[in-house]
Parts: sequence; C-alpha cells; structure tokens
Amino acid sequence: MYDSIIIGAGMSGLAAGIRAAYYDQKVCVLERHYTIGGLNSFYRLRGRNYDVGLHAVTNFTPPGAKRGPFARLLRQLRMKWDDFGLSPQLVSSISFPGIELQFDNNIDLLRSEVAKEFPKQIDNFDKLIESLVDYDDLEQKHFETSTRERLEEIITDPLLIEMILCPIMWYGNPRERDMDWGQFCIMFRSLFLEGFARPFDGVRLILKKLVRKFRELGGELKLRTGVSKIKVANGRAIGVVLDSGEELTGSNILSSAGAVETFKLCETREDIHAHTTGQLSFVEAISTLDKYPRELGHDKTIVFFNDSEKFHWERPMDDFCDVRTGVVCTPNNYCYDEKDGDLPDGVMRVTALADYQRWRTLDKSCYQAEKDQWFEKVQASAARFVPDYRPHVIDTDMFTPHTIHRFTWHENGAVYGATRKWLDGTTAIDNLFLCGTDQGFVGIIGSIVSGISMANQHLLARS
Amino acid sequence: MTSAEIRAAIIDILETIAPDEDLTNLDDAKEFRDQMELDSMDFLDIVMELRKRYRVQVPEEDYENLVSMASTVSYLEPKMVDIPAE
Repeated sequence: MYDSIIIGAGMSGLAAGIRAAYYDQKVCVLERHYTIGGLNSFYRLRGRNYDVGLHAVTNFTPPGAKRGPFARLLRQLRMKWDDFGLSPQLVSSISFPGIELQFDNNIDLLRSEVAKEFPKQIDNFDKLIESLVDYDDLEQKHFETSTRERLEEIITDPLLIEMILCPIMWYGNPRERDMDWGQFCIMFRSLFLEGFARPFDGVRLILKKLVRKFRELGGELKLRTGVSKIKVANGRAIGVVLDSGEELTGSNILSSAGAVETFKLCETREDIHAHTTGQLSFVEAISTLDKYPRELGHDKTIVFFNDSEKFHWERPMDDFCDVRTGVVCTPNNYCYDEKDGDLPDGVMRVTALADYQRWRTLDKSCYQAEKDQWFEKVQASAARFVPDYRPHVIDTDMFTPHTIHRFTWHENGAVYGATRKWLDGTTAIDNLFLCGTDQGFVGIIGSIVSGISMANQHLLARS
Repeated sequence: MTSAEIRAAIIDILETIAPDEDLTNLDDAKEFRDQMELDSMDFLDIVMELRKRYRVQVPEEDYENLVSMASTVSYLEPKMVDIPAE
C-alpha cells in the first residue's frame, strides 16, 4: 500500500515524488518507458549526446533572485542554484520577412527593438506587460479568455501581434490559432521577463539530480512499468493495474500522463474530455556540424521564424509538415563557463509543425523516406532565416510525431497536451489528480513547479 | 535547549530549505517572508522539519508564531526546553 502512486517519470512526476518522499510518504513513480524524462529526455546516438525537447530552460532567473518559479522550485526541492548548472542565452530573435525583433534575458532589449521597429506601439507594448496576470493570480475562469482578443484591444499593429505570438505559441500553446490568456501570461513571463538558459550537459543533468534526490529520500522509481488501468471504486481511485497485470494500491494517485490519457485509464471511462485532445505535434531536424555555428556567422541562441506577415499555428491540413514557421535552436550559443568551453560539436536543431495522423500510418520504409524528405525541407526553410549550414552537416537525426507519441504516450503526439488545462489538478474522481503538461505549466521549470504544487496541495495536505 | 540553541536549530532548517541563502545577516525581528520570500509551503516544510528532527508538533493555528526568528524562538522555547541539544 503506497501513500502516493505517481504516473510518469518526467520532470513533474519526479518533482512530485521528491515532495512526497520529503514528507516521509511511501511513494513510487511508475514509468512505462525504459528511461526517465518523458517530454524532456536524452539519448546517445553514434557517440553523440542528444536532448529531446529542451531547446532552452525558460523561466531563467539569475542567482540570488528570490521570486518567480525557479526560486520557488529551488527551495521546495532543497536545491542550490548551481545544481541546475544553467548558462544564460546570448541573444534570440523573432524573424519575419524583412523584420526582426531581438531579445535576451533583459526585457529592455525587446522593448528597444519594439520601439525601433514599431515606434507607435511601444506604449501599447508597455501596457501589455502591465496587464499580464501574475502566476499566483491565475484562475480557471479568466485563464481561458482569448489572447488574440486581448492583444487586439491593446496593440493596434497586427504584425506586432503575430510577432509576439510566434515564440509564445511555439513554446507552450496547446491550442490551434488562438491561445488561453492565462497560458499567454505564463509564457510571456517565462520567455521575456525571465529568460532562456541551458545546462552545459543538457537536460540529463537536471533529470539525474532529480532521480538521485528522489531515491535518496526513499522513493521507488520503477522503469518499464506501464499503467494499464486506474482502479476506481465508488468514485475513488484506489490503485493501479500495471501492464504486467500486477496491482498496486495507493491512497492517492497523481498522474502526469495527460488529462485525456489519464481518464482513458480509469475504469469509469470519462469520454467527455476527448474533444480537448491536442492536435499540435512537431518534427525536429537535428544536425551536427563540422564547424561551430558562430564560425558560420550565426550567433543567435533561438530563432523563431515565420515566412509571411500572418503566423499560422495549426495542424498541417494537407501535408506531413508545415514549414512556413519554425524554431532554430543552437545549443552552442549560450554563455557557458570558460572552464566548460564549447560543446564538442556544432549543433543546429530546427523544429516544424507536423501532423501526427499522417506520420503514424506510414509503414517502415515509407516512414524513413518521408523523414529524409522532410529533413531537407525543414532545413531549407530554416536556411532562409539563419546562415545556410547545410554544407557542414556531418551527422543527423530527426524526431517525428510518432517518436513523441512513443516516448510521451500523449494522444496525437501533442507536445503541449490538451487544449484545456486543469489548473487545480482535481478530476471527477476522488484521490486522482493531474500534474504536468495538462495541469497548466509547461517547460522544464514549469513542469517541475507543477509537480511540486500538485503534490503539496493534494498528496501532502492529507498526510 | 536554550534559546540560542533553538535559534541555531532553526537556522539549520532554513539552510536546508534554502541552501543558497546567506543567513549571517538575518534580522531576527523581521519577517522571514520579507527577507527570504518564503511562502506558505515553505512554512509547512519548517513545521515538518521540526517534527522530524525534534518531534515538536506545531498545530496549524500556531503557524502565525513562525513569522520571524524572534517570534519562532520565543514560541518554541517552552516546547523545546526539555530537549537536549545535539
């Protein structure tokens, strides 16, 4: 009998597990996959390290900052700022045809860029910043209002609206076309008012520290242990059935599997939320180069590009991918410590929108052929906005919606989960709670904070 | 434990919760909340650590006594007077 059973060993599940273990709970984290991380994992291929998910750790605040999600997370997990080993970004940009807005971890740069390119909008831009809801004041009711409507009330140049939406939707909008205002506020803060950073050793550093802490406190981590069913009796969750058939009982169950995915596991199937299943999935073309990107004249950390004045954030309707917009991430372009130097190789990662339904139905040989074809198209699209690095590519890898589904179990390979969020983490079933992507916080810091706060509210309050 | 020992014990707990915090200049009269931005969950952690380390129970209605170092020490003194220092 466990006090808490946690489904999923991603950032949120592990963080929740640490909190439960601190409070001396008997707790286990169950992970279907053979490795930890979920959406933010890592692997080795042909002698090179790769990150999945992580472009940048958002919500970055410098050492000594006491406010904001990162500072709160450090206290709650009893970790030091240095434990995350974060190095800040150099500079990033939002690139549309003939116009670019640069930004870094100080909002002043973005402000001055807006003032330069949109002189009539700078007061409106300041008004937008003032009108953002604070993390602690998010309520379900106001959370779901239309971001586009709010932005149109404040900013009168449609191009600036599209340029602001591009990076924010790319880094955390599960909905097509429009975005929940609450989600927009979270993302605006985490991207522009806080900032980007990366651990030199990638996401593995953070994950390994979380696992070590969880185990030291007596938590049990079970890999290759999928949950096939959540047992419910009289409206209460009482335990889980594993893929192996074994049953575990628990006082509380906290699931990071996603909302619809979790409800599907329950014996009392709750299909009323099926329409909230996310539709947005990605491909990513990862290239290893024989030069550092800066030697090719590329000094940006992240470039969010879009090839027309209108930003289309939707599932590709009639093809495998939509490469009109994308994100170019260059892991080399962070301010790493001198003692670390640079990464062993130059790396360029380009992400584009993709349609899960098309990718999932391919047989093996067609899948490889489409991957090869789209790899080229994605790179060619990016080469319009960053120096053309294609002659320098010495190794490649690519993930597709199919890969994302395999590792995260998210329906449709939807990276940012369902189109509505369960901010308080409660479900129609007693003792069953949600954390992670579908609770409402995304990104690495966001998902850790989600695990912490849901554990605090639902697992610890009762112990 | 003397009040000085209790103070040291609280400092130790705060160091565990916020390892980056420099507590040498902590003002005992000022609220933790203002000096360290501690929130309600952090206070719950302090209570939990007191229970784990010293078996001292702090009921929820008494949490208001934990606002500053001075108020915490004076609240804990009668509860911890019989506990031997480590």
